[in-house]
Amino acid sequence: MAFIDYYKILDVNITASEKDIKKAYRKLARKYHPDVNPKDDSAKKKFQQINEANEVLSDPIKRKKYDQYGKDWEHAEAFEQAKKQQQGQRRRTGYQQSSSEDFSDHDFSDFFESMFGRARTSGGTGSSTKFKGQDYNAELHLNLTDVYKTHKQVVKVNGKNIRITIPAGIENKQTIKISGHGGQGINSGPNGDLLITFNIKNNTNFKRDGNNLHTIVNLDFYTAILGGEITVNTIEGKVKLKIKPETENGTKVKLKGKGFPVYKKEDQFGDLFIQYQIKIPSNLSSKEKELFEELAKISRK
Amino acid sequence: MKTDNFISIETFCYNYQVEFSFIHTLNEYGLVEITTIDEEEFLPKEKINEVEKMIRLHHELGINMEGIDVIHNLLIRLSILQNEINRLKNRINFYEE
Repeated sequence: MAFIDYYKILDVNITASEKDIKKAYRKLARKYHPDVNPKDDSAKKKFQQINEANEVLSDPIKRKKYDQYGKDWEHAEAFEQAKKQQQGQRRRTGYQQSSSEDFSDHDFSDFFESMFGRARTSGGTGSSTKFKGQDYNAELHLNLTDVYKTHKQVVKVNGKNIRITIPAGIENKQTIKISGHGGQGINSGPNGDLLITFNIKNNTNFKRDGNNLHTIVNLDFYTAILGGEITVNTIEGKVKLKIKPETENGTKVKLKGKGFPVYKKEDQFGDLFIQYQIKIPSNLSSKEKELFEELAKISRK
Repeated sequence: MKTDNFISIETFCYNYQVEFSFIHTLNEYGLVEITTIDEEEFLPKEKINEVEKMIRLHHELGINMEGIDVIHNLLIRLSILQNEINRLKNRINFYEE
């Protein structure tokens, strides 16, 4: 457990007045408050540090203790105990902490707790008594093939099993809200919501671009020249395709409606784009070489 | 009109320890819509999170109504931009995969 320099966190001098500390705290709180930095974990962490620093430095008793022991904080409790026994005094500490939707009740560091005891939230700044339950954030990792069709899945959040419907076509990093499945409301307030962010791993040979899928199909030289029929894989199965004679390398074809489902639009699909990559024959036999030379001669005429 | 999807302002103010006038001021600034049903004023339940946030901005950071309005609009824009970033990141993955 490392020593925490609260003066440094608030960017104030050790001789700073109460007014200076208040001013520094307010300035930093406005900058890093979780409500103005949504989904920013580094800002949230910084805000917790600022709160903790303010908790100590804005309280004359805590500040005195902190200043007195400084880096020797590990011995602070022992000294305090000895002092208490000598003076027969009881020390009372009051805790307060700014609240926000992203804040849990015990956000103070081990350093703080070892020096000042366990932190309790008491709705410090006197603002928000909770009523609506807390929103829960969760991440769900799925494969691309899992979100090709709408399906139901059971997710475990805070020890509770919740059955959710995952709509087909959901995007990577998209967040959906499941109303009422967050924390329980207080004083008969409504429950919070469950916010699920999807991390979708592509486990296919297709590249996804929104609702469209892209793939490269190898085409043998002779079919490209003479035309023919090939079978290609789509995400849902195989389809037969006609190849025009003299198809060039890199030619793209679009299979309408064979792409990915459109989110929350039933029976609507993107397209599948196929690009042909023509394979040049290798390890030619002497007969094949002879025939190619003959072709070359004809084409040069 | 059913009140299932609403919360009375009286209940809301009691639980959040805010004055009625605070909610009315939010309403005047167009930050929240008040619905009157049988002469009682209500807030939509789906807006509770937003109003909670506005209370915190006001009480914890000392931000006035004009400031809350600006922050509220910027947060909406931030959310739109975040979605756009996610969309573009997914497009980058398309070229990098």
